[in-house]
Amino acid sequence: MTRTVTDVICPFCGTLCDDLEVVVSDDEKDLLEVYNACAIGAEKFLHSQAKDRITRPRMRQEDGSWKEISYDEAIEYTARMLTDAKKPLMYGWSSTNCEAQAVGSEIGEIVGAIMDNTATVCHGTSLIAVQDIGIPSCTLGEVKNRADRILFWGCNPAHAHPRHMSRYSIFPRGFFTGKGHTGRKVIVVDPRPTDTASLADVHLQVEQGRDYELLDALRVAFKGEKLPDFVAGIPKEKIYEAAETLKSGRFAIIFFGMGVTQSLGKNHNIDEAIAVTRDLNEYTKAAIMPMRGHYNVTGSGQVWGWLFGFPYAVDLSRGFARYNPGETTANDLLRRDEVDAVFVLGSDPGAHFPFSSVKKIYDRPSVAIDPHETPTTEVCKVHVPVAFVGVEVGGCAYRMDNVPIETRKVVEPPEGMMTDEEFLGRVLARVKEIKGV
Amino acid sequence: MAEYLIKNGFVFDPVLGIRGDQADIAIKDGKIVETNAITNPKVIDAAGKTVMAGGVDIHAHVAGPKVNVGRNFRPEDKLFGYKPRNGIERMQGGFSVPTTIRTGYNYARMGYTTVMEAAMPPLYARHTHEEMRDTPILDQGAYPVFGNNWFVLEYLKNHEIENTAAYIAWLLRATKGYAVKVVNPGGTEAWAWGLNCENVHDPVPYFDITPAQIVTGLIEANEYLGLPHSMHVHANNLGNPGNYTTTLDTFKLSEGIKPKSKFGRDQVMHHTHVQFHSYGGDSWANVDSRAREIMDYVNSHDNITIDMGQVTLDETTTMTADGPFEHHLTELNHLKWANADVELETGSGVVPYVYSPNIKVCAIQWAIGLELALLAKDSSRIFLTTDHPNAGPFIRYPRVMKWLMSEEAREQQFDAFKHKDKVIEATNLAGIGRELDLYEIAQMTRAGPAKSLGLAHMYGGLAPGLEADVAVYDFNPNEPYAPDDIEKAFSNAEHLFKTGVQVVRDHEIASNGNKRTLWVNAKVNENPQVMRDVKEKFLRYYTVTLNNYEVTGHYLPNPYVIEVDATQ
Repeated sequence: MTRTVTDVICPFCGTLCDDLEVVVSDDEKDLLEVYNACAIGAEKFLHSQAKDRITRPRMRQEDGSWKEISYDEAIEYTARMLTDAKKPLMYGWSSTNCEAQAVGSEIGEIVGAIMDNTATVCHGTSLIAVQDIGIPSCTLGEVKNRADRILFWGCNPAHAHPRHMSRYSIFPRGFFTGKGHTGRKVIVVDPRPTDTASLADVHLQVEQGRDYELLDALRVAFKGEKLPDFVAGIPKEKIYEAAETLKSGRFAIIFFGMGVTQSLGKNHNIDEAIAVTRDLNEYTKAAIMPMRGHYNVTGSGQVWGWLFGFPYAVDLSRGFARYNPGETTANDLLRRDEVDAVFVLGSDPGAHFPFSSVKKIYDRPSVAIDPHETPTTEVCKVHVPVAFVGVEVGGCAYRMDNVPIETRKVVEPPEGMMTDEEFLGRVLARVKEIKGV
Repeated sequence: MAEYLIKNGFVFDPVLGIRGDQADIAIKDGKIVETNAITNPKVIDAAGKTVMAGGVDIHAHVAGPKVNVGRNFRPEDKLFGYKPRNGIERMQGGFSVPTTIRTGYNYARMGYTTVMEAAMPPLYARHTHEEMRDTPILDQGAYPVFGNNWFVLEYLKNHEIENTAAYIAWLLRATKGYAVKVVNPGGTEAWAWGLNCENVHDPVPYFDITPAQIVTGLIEANEYLGLPHSMHVHANNLGNPGNYTTTLDTFKLSEGIKPKSKFGRDQVMHHTHVQFHSYGGDSWANVDSRAREIMDYVNSHDNITIDMGQVTLDETTTMTADGPFEHHLTELNHLKWANADVELETGSGVVPYVYSPNIKVCAIQWAIGLELALLAKDSSRIFLTTDHPNAGPFIRYPRVMKWLMSEEAREQQFDAFKHKDKVIEATNLAGIGRELDLYEIAQMTRAGPAKSLGLAHMYGGLAPGLEADVAVYDFNPNEPYAPDDIEKAFSNAEHLFKTGVQVVRDHEIASNGNKRTLWVNAKVNENPQVMRDVKEKFLRYYTVTLNNYEVTGHYLPNPYVIEVDATQ
């Protein structure tokens, strides 16, 4: 006999779909099928069932090979590494639950760590822009129920957030949007002809790196002022038309992604995009939302917000929290040799940081806490495999619109495996012993 | 648990009717007991000091999504004031929107032990509970917002009180909420289209219901259930010149309704931060105080309680579920604006604000708040708040006490205003010589709010049987003192007990206490229609499933459930 678990939350992307159905074996040890998920989400669940999964911590030997160690040894190594270091970096925190993030934050406080999450290479620039100008936003249900103008800027949900368009943005029929996608106008701004762009009513193929100019041009167009014949490669007629489309809607929403946050202009692009949204509120109702990547990167920003007051790049090394992106951000610290130990949990900087940063991780005492084998575990001295959050243990996660949802446990982890929260709790206790607090 | 005897302090307690007489307070097993019920107590010498029950804050924004927006989007709020980790105290930052750790400690330092989070968007209830869980020491509860909720709008359009009540009971359970909060009824739903409801008869777009119907209906549903607290309202038209008429219109909606609650409260409406709702004039050029008109009404109607929303003349962070108001404010001061509309339920906005003593309007606002309290005939029906952090941060409560207790302190502040004469002309305050005493302060900060919350059986007094929440201040009311001595003493309690645990000792945080989260579990008769409506709305319009909506136990590690039976 099998059992179907309903209302399962997908621990992959910031869309945080919560309508998955998962078929598990009678003894709740095996996960057999996943329904309703996108291809990526389904793979995340099924991957946890890999028979060759690493289930015990490992330490790198002198000759480069791995030696299995106990969790106790891994806890001791981690606690010693963090307490011995003058300025350890504790990075990641995006693919785990808020409970683990809170415990990790207390460890960071005691050892004087620098806490940074994946926003540092993702939407950190958006967070800076919000500190400049604020952000008029809404929950995804407002989009579903009201929005009739959808603008995707520098993002490609068709590939990165596959169910976003059907659950929230383009296709769903909501309370005031009974016609579904036929009642909505969709604009995509992207230098590439993406699969998302192929669904759009209008694709503005902006010249690469010229997003700021096009955003600025929209603000000019809202006011009916004069534009040059072309801005960012787009003829002015198309810009006026797009501006009119947005203004004439009842409810406009802008979704944006890496294409604007990490390209030329960075946080200034987002400043301008938010200014566009503010301007639109003079004419109609408008909101803007970052397409957050990891399923709980938003949550780590929230947890640090209420504990420290800053959403990322939090430097606790002086005994109190400081925040100065560019100085207290992970890559800048690594490349300037300012951190002397690296702890990674719930992220894969080995795959996503510049090689110059990854080499620095390799050169230092380092621990990676991750259910998978990743490029990061390959460069770290100790790898601690843990249970999958959202599959083998529950806990809170925040969707891209900051809505908190409690993820579910659907199967048992392999016998004897620890969760992030348990492992961190043990490290915290050991750190307190060593520090005498 | 340890027994304590707090000896020879000057006790101010409206519950026992003690007005500064010397008395002993005994603590055993987390409760206040008769002094002969303890055998081997630790003795606290309170001779020459002031003793009161732990403070109760009926309205502050201290936990949840918009508070955290305020923290995360204002790094400047953390400048200069960060406090490093020290002993049992974790690191603490933030001025107007402090971290949760600082929130707990700073309330304790002021001798407060119970704080209610004033607005919880139901969809974000988990977030609110996560923050309250990480706020040490304090007993807390949170008010889910109902005034723009689609279920409520649809039921009350047809005056379906029983269905509204059943839905309230369901939502309180799902969100682990404490009371029925209403913010800009109908106006925030209108804001989802960029509109507003500016008075109690302004219809809500599409839903075809007026704010007046929403408020009246929610009062009736609240009394149908007999909840501990009354309906808690922030009326339409907040912060606009001439809005006092809307406030009076809102007050009048409670007329003729009597409380039906076994929790001992007398009011059916609590109107919050009334300072923001007491303006005359028709523009910022001629805005003036209508505190007298407002208080004439409150003084003559005993089924209402209010709180001040006192402006403290600081740089602060405004945050409210009144979405259209925050948009209005950012247009006014051109500072950064965050907004978050919440599907089917509510909305909110956050904007920093500087209440400058050099700006006439800010000074008028300051005067209006104090007038409300000083014109009150019954200090147990008006509570000291700053609508933290909207009119100022809660750490200024002792400063507000100073202003209330000392005409000299008020004169000093008047002299510091750039437009002193214009402010005096537009307000009544300069002509009010009344100085409150500590007994009245205890009514405004302890006994009054506890009774209004329906928690007089737990908090707000020093009678045997109540929770042992006791504050000792280094303040001798019988010796001469300067106004600033009041502020200093009440900012810095010498000792504080919370349910019998000493959390402040010799002005230092001594324990992280035994924090509890209060919520109300109201039992109603089965209501298939409401449950069908709930299922349908989740299926069709929400973006989370019904089964993923309810806040489960581990978000409230130490819950305190108040049971209400409305099945009769």
